[in-house]
Amino acid sequence: MSAPLVDIRNVSHRFGQLAVLKNVSLAIEPGSYTILLGPSGSGKTTLLSILGGFVTPSEGKVFIRGADCTAVPPAKRPTTTVFQDYALFPHMSVGKNVGFGLRMQGVDGATRAAKAREALALVGLAASFDKKPHQLSGGQRQRVALARALVIEPAVLLLDEPLGALDLKLRRQMQDELKAIQKRVGTAFVHVTHDQEEAMALADHCVVMNDGRIEDEGPPERVYARPKTRFSATFMGESTILAGKAGEMRDGRVAVATKFGPISLPATSPVGATVALAIRPEHLILAGAKGDVALGTARVSDVVFQGSFKRVLATSARDPAFQFIAKAPAPATVQAGDTVAVSCNAQDIILLAD
Amino acid sequence: MRAAVRLAAWLYAIAVYGFIFLPVVVLILFSLQATSFPIPPFTGPSLRWYQAVLSDARLTSALVNSLLVAVLSSLACVTLGFLSAWGFARFALPGSALLRGLITLPLTVSYLIIGMGLLVLFNWAGVPKSLIAAGVGHVVINLPLCFAIIYSQMGDHQINIERAARDLGAPEWKVLLMITVPVMAPAIFAGFFLSMTFSWDEFVISFLLTRFETTLPVEIWNLLRSGLNPKTNAVGSLVFAVSIVLVVLFELTLLRRKTA
Repeated sequence: MSAPLVDIRNVSHRFGQLAVLKNVSLAIEPGSYTILLGPSGSGKTTLLSILGGFVTPSEGKVFIRGADCTAVPPAKRPTTTVFQDYALFPHMSVGKNVGFGLRMQGVDGATRAAKAREALALVGLAASFDKKPHQLSGGQRQRVALARALVIEPAVLLLDEPLGALDLKLRRQMQDELKAIQKRVGTAFVHVTHDQEEAMALADHCVVMNDGRIEDEGPPERVYARPKTRFSATFMGESTILAGKAGEMRDGRVAVATKFGPISLPATSPVGATVALAIRPEHLILAGAKGDVALGTARVSDVVFQGSFKRVLATSARDPAFQFIAKAPAPATVQAGDTVAVSCNAQDIILLAD
Repeated sequence: MRAAVRLAAWLYAIAVYGFIFLPVVVLILFSLQATSFPIPPFTGPSLRWYQAVLSDARLTSALVNSLLVAVLSSLACVTLGFLSAWGFARFALPGSALLRGLITLPLTVSYLIIGMGLLVLFNWAGVPKSLIAAGVGHVVINLPLCFAIIYSQMGDHQINIERAARDLGAPEWKVLLMITVPVMAPAIFAGFFLSMTFSWDEFVISFLLTRFETTLPVEIWNLLRSGLNPKTNAVGSLVFAVSIVLVVLFELTLLRRKTA
């Protein structure tokens, strides 16, 4: 295996007394689309700023293409950033904006214009070369910012919540385009977001961050299906979380003692450990076909119609403080006040160390 | 009843504006007087006094001096004001609020005190009374103004624009010249024109700090010592006209900033 394109080693950062990054290590592969996903205050934007050179970490090192870039200023490192507010130069035309990076490299005017046109064509804005940024819509400005950052062929492109300011429809559309552009140019993208749908749709490599630490990282399918921590099980999609105590292991199965009785599932855990069982909404079965693990009956407290499915909240009959989050097919007749039998299949239960 | 209130409101407005503008109107009117005394009855209109002003070498050279002092001192003001505003807006300085207060403090000190202070200082330092000394005085009084105008317009939203430029490889001086100055241009021009306006008709400091070559307001004062005549009205009207042009330019640059 070749060396990673970007290697972040044991980076910690403090703003005054506040520790915002705690010993974070991360490798980014060439040509990959990495998403840093986390709530506000999780340190994801600080990590991006450290990659871009706007912040020098209190501890740790950042290597890009094998060179130590920890304290290299933004102008001198092979990264470019697409800012959340786009940060276009308002007094320059779109073409001049895109050509700015090349101008700083001393590229002559004709080559600059040609390359800028090429980059604008890549993002579908070839016709806007002579316009001013204020004549463009939000989505178009976003594309100009992308073209401006890509035209100088960085090793890594950094995107700071690039879709945050767009409305939902435009966001989904830009999301598809971002992915397509990334595949076309083959540059490694690192993209910060708090939107888990965006993360699942875009990432090759999804990094879930919380409280200055990396909670989980890997392909989004794996992070969703088998989250490593309780936080990532609840942040990347929803889960019903059931507390329990691990019992003996036998034949690769653990018997976990829960308030719904012992549940045996295929997993490994030290005996006597406090664990959490996470069940994805689509894996909870309400009445009808029964799963092999019974979870008692529950009273439906709320049904929210979401178009292609219904999101069902139900309160357990055994423990009124315990709530199930389930997904029912759109035509299901379930409604608030119904009493349903809840079950699931043991193989779908995710065992998390608590 | 209602009509009476409206009438009273109109009369009040006319009285207020009359109070403000009547002196200027009288000044301009009698600058067009055909005879030798600026008192009623009006005998004009005639441009003979304007001709007299423009053929008076002392007045015209004072006018050129005034323009030179105004332009050069204002250039110094916006340059220094811009750089200090940028410094305060972009860097965390120890005692930033106190230092900002100190830089704007001269706004509250009377021109007489500043003029006297400079007079004493220049005397001590052996700097002779001159137009340059007066120009320095104008920088002292107008720099706080330029700083305040430019600083107020230097918002956080420009920080990312500067960052983007740095990120794309621009060294610091290019960021300033190619990004920050053009983006701040409306505030910089507004500061420049306002500073020009104040320098153009400033009297006390110029009076204290110049001797042989002097500025127009001081020359007008010299002229007034030999009594009123329509020539003083004519030169006063010229000063007023230039001030109006500068104020309009100032308003236009600020207004353009707001609609942009």
